[in-house]
Amino acid sequence: MHGLLKLAWVEAKIYLRQPEAFFFTLVFPLLLLFLFGGIFGNKPHPLFGGRGTVDVSTPAYMALIIGSTGLISISIAVSGYREKGILRRYRATPLRPATILAAQVLVHYVMSLAGACLLVAAARLLFGLRFSGRMESVFAGFTLSCLSFFAAGFLLASLARNTRSAYILGMVIYFPNIFLSGATFPREIFPPVIRTISEALPITHVVSLLQGLWIGNPWSRHLTEVLVLVGILAAGVIISARVFRWE
Amino acid sequence: MTAAIRVEDLRKVYSSLTAVDGISFDVAAGEIFGVVGPNGAGKTTTIECLEGLRTPDGGSVRLWNLDPARDGRIVRERIGVQLQNSALPEDIRVWEALDLFSSYYRHPVPWGPLLERLGIAEKRRSAYAHLSGGEKQRLSIALALINDPDLVFLDELTTGLDPQARRSMWDLVRDIRRRGRTVFLTTHFMEEAEQLCDRVLVMDRGRIVALDSPENLVRTLGGETQVLFTVDGKCDLGRLEILPGVKRVAASGGRVTVTGSGDRLVALIVNALDAEGVNFRDLRSEHPNLEDVFLAVTGEVMRD
Ligand SMILES: Nc1ncnc2c1ncn2[C@@H]1O[C@H](COP(=O)(O)OP(=O)(O)O)[C@@H](O)[C@H]1O
Ligand SMILES: [Mg+2]
Repeated sequence: MHGLLKLAWVEAKIYLRQPEAFFFTLVFPLLLLFLFGGIFGNKPHPLFGGRGTVDVSTPAYMALIIGSTGLISISIAVSGYREKGILRRYRATPLRPATILAAQVLVHYVMSLAGACLLVAAARLLFGLRFSGRMESVFAGFTLSCLSFFAAGFLLASLARNTRSAYILGMVIYFPNIFLSGATFPREIFPPVIRTISEALPITHVVSLLQGLWIGNPWSRHLTEVLVLVGILAAGVIISARVFRWE
Repeated sequence: MTAAIRVEDLRKVYSSLTAVDGISFDVAAGEIFGVVGPNGAGKTTTIECLEGLRTPDGGSVRLWNLDPARDGRIVRERIGVQLQNSALPEDIRVWEALDLFSSYYRHPVPWGPLLERLGIAEKRRSAYAHLSGGEKQRLSIALALINDPDLVFLDELTTGLDPQARRSMWDLVRDIRRRGRTVFLTTHFMEEAEQLCDRVLVMDRGRIVALDSPENLVRTLGGETQVLFTVDGKCDLGRLEILPGVKRVAASGGRVTVTGSGDRLVALIVNALDAEGVNFRDLRSEHPNLEDVFLAVTGEVMRD
């Protein structure tokens, strides 16, 4: 346990020294908030069932954070560590192999959570964000989504031959996911065709789960989303466990 | 002497390529034991089987009667490892790396004095990415010594370093042994093995081609010594040819080359020249080295 926390602590410091990871998790969602919040404000709108743009976007931007952390940060971090032989060096110590990977999950989870908190705080202070759900539900939904997408990230890192291909693979999956899922633009404004495509994207389920929990929907109304996320989590863990390479 | 390492018939196969092909040897506690051979000989594969990072396909490896593949955590608590191809995160600071690795072991040594000993104390706040090649190697040795290991593995410690940095690495290795530790190293520099090791295992294409102290290897396998000198005036070379150990004598102009073997070759030649009253100067001798041994046993020139 001590080994895990120590490693996670050092990894967290390293994370914060890397501008790109830092930017996508902590800064980019805020910029989107300022941009779209600034343009549309947060006045109640019939399109959003009487809620404002910021009310709908904030949980969606959380999905954006989870997507970039899972699909890009984690897979690049892990495949980069593999490529440079850092994983092998850690493995030559008494540290348990699982601890090395758990530290990555922990750091990326804490960073995602920090990004989400920052976002909510800014939306509340600047745009009067409304919240009518239950804190612990949103927290649980956020955590499930993180685990699910982190597992997907490990899977990408396992499948990618090197850091470059992990990066490209991550981008190719990430961009359609964030633009077509409602993570950046509300799905309500999409034409029907795009909406159909959107339904098929994994991150759409994060968006709709978090948006639903945000306005106080019961979990029973989001069984599809939960099922999809648990499915990705299980598949990611099971396949990664088989194909993950330390070198 | 108790054996720190015992290897029996170790084999490792990568798909179709047999990287290590049934090698056996023991390493005594307190030795500096070196594996030399050209790139691709199987040195890294061997050392990483000992470290428990690779699983052998055949034979057995024991460190103090423990199997590094099965009792990995106990073994890794007692060994220090410097890998050939490994790095640390670019943005980690030197002190953070030491602090982190200390936390992995039950009985770490204080890392401050370790940095002093390795001469990188003033770099403790630098990021890994900003260290020079030599400084990275020093840090990697510091990390290998952080648990005060009984046995230290060094894979290609000095590859990529300039001659001066290489020599100071050699001093560090000697210092580790002076503290009673066992060192297992690999190198593709014959000179390094010759300077540093108590015993050398010469490896080529996954097999052992020779295993002995550098002196014995050179004496038994290295071939001949050449003694060269210049004579002023006339000299009866026939007197040299009949000396014990001398094989050939050749002269061109005033320059004479005597080829032969034996520890006393130079002394015999000098004595004979003096007895004859020959005026000679610029006498030097060229001794065979491990490079010649490699050539003698494999029939190949050692590629760098
Ligand atoms: N992971 C691996 N997969 C396939 N072949 C490998 C692997 N590691 C090493 N080899 C091959 O095994 C042989 C021995 O390699 P290695 O042990 O690294 O030699 P050395 O350290 O003496 O240069 C080489 O031909 C190398 O290409
Ligand atoms: Mg090697």
